[in-house]
Amino acid sequence: MTTYADYRTGEPVADTKAPSGPVHERWDKRRFEAKLVNPANRRKHTVIVVGTGLAGGSAGATLAEQGYHVVQFCYQDSPRRAHSIAAQGGINAAKNYRNDGDSVHRLFYDTVKGGDFRARESNVHRLAQISVEIIDQCVAQGVPFAREYGGLLDTRSFGGVQVSRTFYARGQTGQQLLLGAYQALSRQIAAGNVEMHPRTEMLDLIVIDGRARGIVARDLVTGKIDTYFADAVVLASGGYGNVFYLSTNAMNSNATAVWRAHRRGAYFANPCFTQIHPTCIPRTGDHQSKLTLMSESLRNDGRIWVPRAKGDDRPPNEIPEDERDYYLERIYPSFGNLVPRDIASRAAKNVCDEGRGVGPGGQGVYLDFADAIRRMGRAAVEAKYGNLFDMYQRITDEDPYQVPMRIYPAVHYTMGGLWVDYDLQTTVPGLFAIGEANFSDHGANRLGASALMQGLADGYFVLPATINDYLARNPHQEPVTDGHPAVREVLAETEDRLNLLLAVDGDRTPDSFHRELGELMWEFCGMARTDTGLRKALERIPQIREEFWRRIKVPGTGEEFNQSLEKANRIVDYLELAELMCLDALHRAESCGGHFREESQTPDGEAARRDDEFGYAAAWEFTGTGAAPTLHKEDLVFEYVHPTQRSYA
Amino acid sequence: MKLTLRVWRQKNADADGAMSTYEVDGISSDMSFLEMLDVLNEQLILSGEEPVAFDHDCREGICGACSLVINGEAHGPERTTTCQLHMRSFQDGDTIDIEPWRASAFPVIKDLVVDRSAFDRIIQAGGYITAPTGSAPEAHATPVPKPDADFAFEHAECIGCGACVAACPNGAAMLFTSAKVNHLNVLPQGAPERETRVLDMVTQMDAEGFGGCTLAGECATACPKGIPLVSITRMNKEWLRATRKAGKR
Repeated sequence: MTTYADYRTGEPVADTKAPSGPVHERWDKRRFEAKLVNPANRRKHTVIVVGTGLAGGSAGATLAEQGYHVVQFCYQDSPRRAHSIAAQGGINAAKNYRNDGDSVHRLFYDTVKGGDFRARESNVHRLAQISVEIIDQCVAQGVPFAREYGGLLDTRSFGGVQVSRTFYARGQTGQQLLLGAYQALSRQIAAGNVEMHPRTEMLDLIVIDGRARGIVARDLVTGKIDTYFADAVVLASGGYGNVFYLSTNAMNSNATAVWRAHRRGAYFANPCFTQIHPTCIPRTGDHQSKLTLMSESLRNDGRIWVPRAKGDDRPPNEIPEDERDYYLERIYPSFGNLVPRDIASRAAKNVCDEGRGVGPGGQGVYLDFADAIRRMGRAAVEAKYGNLFDMYQRITDEDPYQVPMRIYPAVHYTMGGLWVDYDLQTTVPGLFAIGEANFSDHGANRLGASALMQGLADGYFVLPATINDYLARNPHQEPVTDGHPAVREVLAETEDRLNLLLAVDGDRTPDSFHRELGELMWEFCGMARTDTGLRKALERIPQIREEFWRRIKVPGTGEEFNQSLEKANRIVDYLELAELMCLDALHRAESCGGHFREESQTPDGEAARRDDEFGYAAAWEFTGTGAAPTLHKEDLVFEYVHPTQRSYA
Repeated sequence: MKLTLRVWRQKNADADGAMSTYEVDGISSDMSFLEMLDVLNEQLILSGEEPVAFDHDCREGICGACSLVINGEAHGPERTTTCQLHMRSFQDGDTIDIEPWRASAFPVIKDLVVDRSAFDRIIQAGGYITAPTGSAPEAHATPVPKPDADFAFEHAECIGCGACVAACPNGAAMLFTSAKVNHLNVLPQGAPERETRVLDMVTQMDAEGFGGCTLAGECATACPKGIPLVSITRMNKEWLRATRKAGKR
């Protein structure tokens, strides 16, 4: 019997389209070589953009400013609510305003190293170059970044770096950047250049003659399933962290757009690279519906510790200084509490596994501000972190000014995503993926404050330059109509799927399946992974899937506002994606970044990479539900940042 | 905790609605209000009834999707969003009324879900600074005094949830509109469009059917982000200034 864990190895990825030559000249070279579309011809081209977060919002606005006709979608009631809004800490840029030795090259270096040498150098360098323009753009839009008394922009430090390059707007940087993009998009909607469809969810991709030509989407208010056609399709639908059920993602963030695109031919790269964020509020019980992040910026001033002794259940303020273990400062003296996220998370797991965790179930560590309050005064701490402290108190009913916060790692971000070339185009011509939806820039671990940078770099600057080239080379595509056999087929498949979900009328709710899958993934494909565990998960997932289609219960009809149907349909895709994540994790028998395989560690418990065997990005090709997929390797070449064992000690 | 919930049920925009009563048991004080509703909905699905529809997404108080009137108050008894309200604010045996935002400019879509697209159209009318991508000068070319930057930020914190409208006896959207006007008008980058912005946004606000402002102040009391009532006064000043200037031209 063929099991899913068998996979085939196909041809390696031949060309990423990244230009040759010195790394700092590649983006200029690509922009010059990319063909342009005459401004007068742009309005003849329609581009679909799915999602209105930092990547989608900025891309929609910019493409419309350039003169393209943009048709844009979001499942939320307003484009302003995309989950980028919840990003707290900040956005990185190599401005070197602090004169502390920062540069484009250093941001490039930090990002490649932080990603544990599993990202593509050409893309990361471009990201670092563009970072400085992003800050200019956002300031011009009126984004109210924190400022010094002289009127200039303030910055702070983040994990994994030793310079202060993170721009911020209190603990609401994502909100402010997103509103900037949303406002730019709103201007284009008013001008008639963007046709906006809120409360509309993409359910499938339409591919005709090998090219992406449109999408199938459902109006979430009326339930009507419709087709939309275009000359190119851009997916900016975010990450897939909600596979785990409990994560810091919004409740409705989902993987349907990227998974359906994968099923239609787009390779999915590094699906096992997920980021577990070290500083989240621990869960309180089985009712928990989501986890809340406490910004990494708190690690600038907060000190992380657990009791030295196992099972010490005294209240934190009664544990004397010499009986505390500030374990990050002890193990990593030069970065201390500011080590990268993967390292901080794993260290927290280790001390909890040793029986030194605090709070209910021993699943927590302290993040203590007592020293910071003594040093800076309560008012200064409040000015810097006030909204985060309030949020913590509201959720836990504990006052973090008086007792240390309790934190524990939680699923936060997915570095994996649709495979894209240097132009951000997937393996389906005409289909682009930007922001968290692609796999491109963060390797096996993303540094803090780099997601906002990447989303906006892709949307404001990269995609608007590269999509021109595709449209210029395909100027006169045949118009598509609903009568086309390929369109009829996709439409019928979508309708059948929803009808089947409604028809099963079983005895289990969508949430019960989602929870079950999430717990399985957290146990076997979470912070530490083993060969045995992953094989167990790969055996179990098809069983859950089979049970799902037998026992799911979705009340109501498809021709109305039906949140249960929305959920159930998203779970269909999680149940397939989860399998690919586990397979990818199983095949990558090395540890790197957020992917920690217990079999592959150094004597002191750090991730041991195996560059000779796994120095590639794994791009998976879909071959059928439950069928063995095909692996295409993209070899990663490091010409500038030479792979070394990451050291933050 | 055991609770009695009286919930507004309405099949769709055209149907009549009514309050329905449900019992929920086993509610822990650590649950958020929406997690309590999750418990109710799981119960309803298994008993073959349709779950209660409500808007929610980030569940951390920032996206602005959640929007319930709880015991007559927008977002309930605490000054926060519905998703950040926890069950420790209630007692065992309580009866809780749950209704959607009530305002003629926010028609009900289903149960507790309303249509707030009027807010988007107010922003489209002028709630932006025209700065096409690529046109920006170096960020430090224009310093912004810290008090102005802080003032802009405090108004930019608005999450567009609509509690201000739901709480207002007139269903006015002045607090929402003024928050954006004040955020952008105080910044040097926003100066070139200062007059057209306030005039166009107020015109759109009126066209959407929001009520007039009588400075009742309920909006600022309900606002989970603490946008102050004086924001409205400042917008009125901006509007007067812009009207006078337009008159002179």
